[in-house]
Amino acid sequence: MRFIKYKWFFFGFSLLLLIPGLISLFLNGLKLSVDFTGGSLLEVQSSAPIPTEDFFSIAQSKELELSTIQNLGNNSYLLRLKPLTQEQNDDFKKTLSEKYPDIKENRFETVGPVVGAELTRKALMAVGVASLFIIIYIAWSFRKIPKPYSSWKFGASAVIALLHDAVFVLGLFSILGHYFKVEVDSLFVTALLTVIGFSVHDTIVVFDRVRENLPKMPKSSFEAIVDFSLTETLARSLNTSLTVVLTLTALLLFGGESIRWFVVALLVGIVSGTYSSIFNASPILVMWETPRSKKDK
Amino acid sequence: MFAIVANMPAQLQIGSNKFFRPVINLNLLGRHFYRDLDFKLGLDLRGGTHLVYQIDVSQVSGPDVDQAILATRNNIERRVNLLGVSESLVQTSLVGQDHRLLVELPGVSNIQQALDTIGQTALLEFKEAAVATPSSPADFKSTGLTGVDLRLASVQFGGGQSELNSQPSVSLDFNSEGAKKFADITKRNIGRTVAIFLDNELVVAPVVQQEITDGKAIISGQYTLDEAKKLTIQLNAGALPVPIKIIEQRNIGATLGNESVAKSLFAGIVGFVLICLFMFVNYGLKGLLADLALLIYILLSLAIFKIIPVTLTLAGIAGFILSLGMAVDANILIFERMKEEIRWGRPQAAALELAFHRAWTSIRDSNVSSLITASILFWFGSGSIRGFALTLIVGILMSLFSAITVTRTLLRAVYSVK
Repeated sequence: MRFIKYKWFFFGFSLLLLIPGLISLFLNGLKLSVDFTGGSLLEVQSSAPIPTEDFFSIAQSKELELSTIQNLGNNSYLLRLKPLTQEQNDDFKKTLSEKYPDIKENRFETVGPVVGAELTRKALMAVGVASLFIIIYIAWSFRKIPKPYSSWKFGASAVIALLHDAVFVLGLFSILGHYFKVEVDSLFVTALLTVIGFSVHDTIVVFDRVRENLPKMPKSSFEAIVDFSLTETLARSLNTSLTVVLTLTALLLFGGESIRWFVVALLVGIVSGTYSSIFNASPILVMWETPRSKKDK
Repeated sequence: MFAIVANMPAQLQIGSNKFFRPVINLNLLGRHFYRDLDFKLGLDLRGGTHLVYQIDVSQVSGPDVDQAILATRNNIERRVNLLGVSESLVQTSLVGQDHRLLVELPGVSNIQQALDTIGQTALLEFKEAAVATPSSPADFKSTGLTGVDLRLASVQFGGGQSELNSQPSVSLDFNSEGAKKFADITKRNIGRTVAIFLDNELVVAPVVQQEITDGKAIISGQYTLDEAKKLTIQLNAGALPVPIKIIEQRNIGATLGNESVAKSLFAGIVGFVLICLFMFVNYGLKGLLADLALLIYILLSLAIFKIIPVTLTLAGIAGFILSLGMAVDANILIFERMKEEIRWGRPQAAALELAFHRAWTSIRDSNVSSLITASILFWFGSGSIRGFALTLIVGILMSLFSAITVTRTLLRAVYSVK
């Protein structure tokens, strides 16, 4: 199959998917959870529906800053507030229970602003460090590649594909955050890093085959070798991703509510990772390596 | 060579019979899973409270900081134990310049009471006997000398009565105010007991030998080094009081956790069945062998979670279920390679060996990249993120073993029978 020939089509398709997310990221950013911003989350459940005005009026009477209320269904509500102490929380619930006697707390989380800022810093650093290590590792493990090809270009191409996946997931969650109030928390960062690892996983399978085919096909152009390698590895790339997609789909359908978006992030990222390793990483590598190999001939 | 290879599955069998039988039970009767105390469940699954305190060490001078933190930690651990919380956790951590204290209290219902108990600053009091022969804490009365007046407690060797035998003893160093008070107390209590209480709990009750005016006292006794250290830490909890402040708190209801475990477990079983079917449909007999290897992978990983032990959180369980999909990756790479080798005209047995050999580099490189990100996650994360990273790391390493060694052994056994 001639994958590389249609590279501009594939790049275009990627851009088409990336641009809405990028625009949303630029306009709306991400909807950050209390993990990042600091604040309190209080999830309460009652046997009867509670109108939002009740929450607001009680919060106001207690001088608490209640920013949003999310109805989780089943008469349970997720309240977001400025950081509360346990005392304020108990007081709030006590007042609430005067009107709704069977009120029950499912979850209460308070994150101080210091901790939030720290997580943001650490998350950015983790993504950066992960990318750097991956470039170095690939460059190192492909170091025996015959001249004039550069193992650094293999590493960098893999990382470009990886950034593609990261940006796609970020963009999607920016859109989800804007329209469906989906929040980005520390689990999301976890998902993002896992996606990064898996994206490279796929890319390496293809690159490894290119490495193997290079000395075997001395007469073919680099483009032809990559095309050939891609065709050869297509089945395994798809199959390895498919097994992961299967387990994730099971988790998405049957797993609990609380990890739903975590699983979505993983699922989307892994599908994107498979796409990018076939249709982005390899064409980029070809574009990068080709001019030089022509010169050498 | 053949003998070793032929023995492998048998040994594994023995191994799994010996060690992993309870885990097998778990898989069949899901319920056992949660009751098995060997699995360490995270707070999000058990319900409970997770607290992070900031330790304010600004009032303590440089060299004493470590002592103060150690003392605070032990003191809070003691109070947590008083609360009667089983499997609680108290940990210190250093984030940048900030000293933190991490407290996990599974299954606490009265959170406010727990917070009050933990949050107090330690109170160290020196009390003198109110009656001639004191027999209970009520027989002592306050002297006005408290931990505020104590500068530092430390372990030293020799001194006091134990001068000759270089036994460890505990020295007390009072500030000038404390030295004055202590001189008065010792003067009127020569030959009598002066007891030291921490949060109204008796720590030690030495007998005063003579009046001490220089603010330097020594408590000697038949202490081992460990006992002396322990005593020092308790005394320093009062001497180096550092205020602590909550900066993060998460209360999780237990019902939410139970529901989540049941759901995840079900999802895991569905995922496992799907993969087994997928492998069988695609690769036939080889696929079935890979499924067997996957089962061994599950048993091995669960055993390792118990042994390390890995704290299982919701994210961690999700990570493990995800790893089921990744565990067969190596097998897919090998089987696809084998198909190719056969297409290129190699006999089956040779194709098998070649496939394992040639697929190895891509398996290694791709798994190392996953290990890199998982390790970074472990370093970056705390709590549930760490749980996820650790299950992923164990999963990757175990899957390399099961997909390569186990599958190869099974395949060789099958093909040699043919």
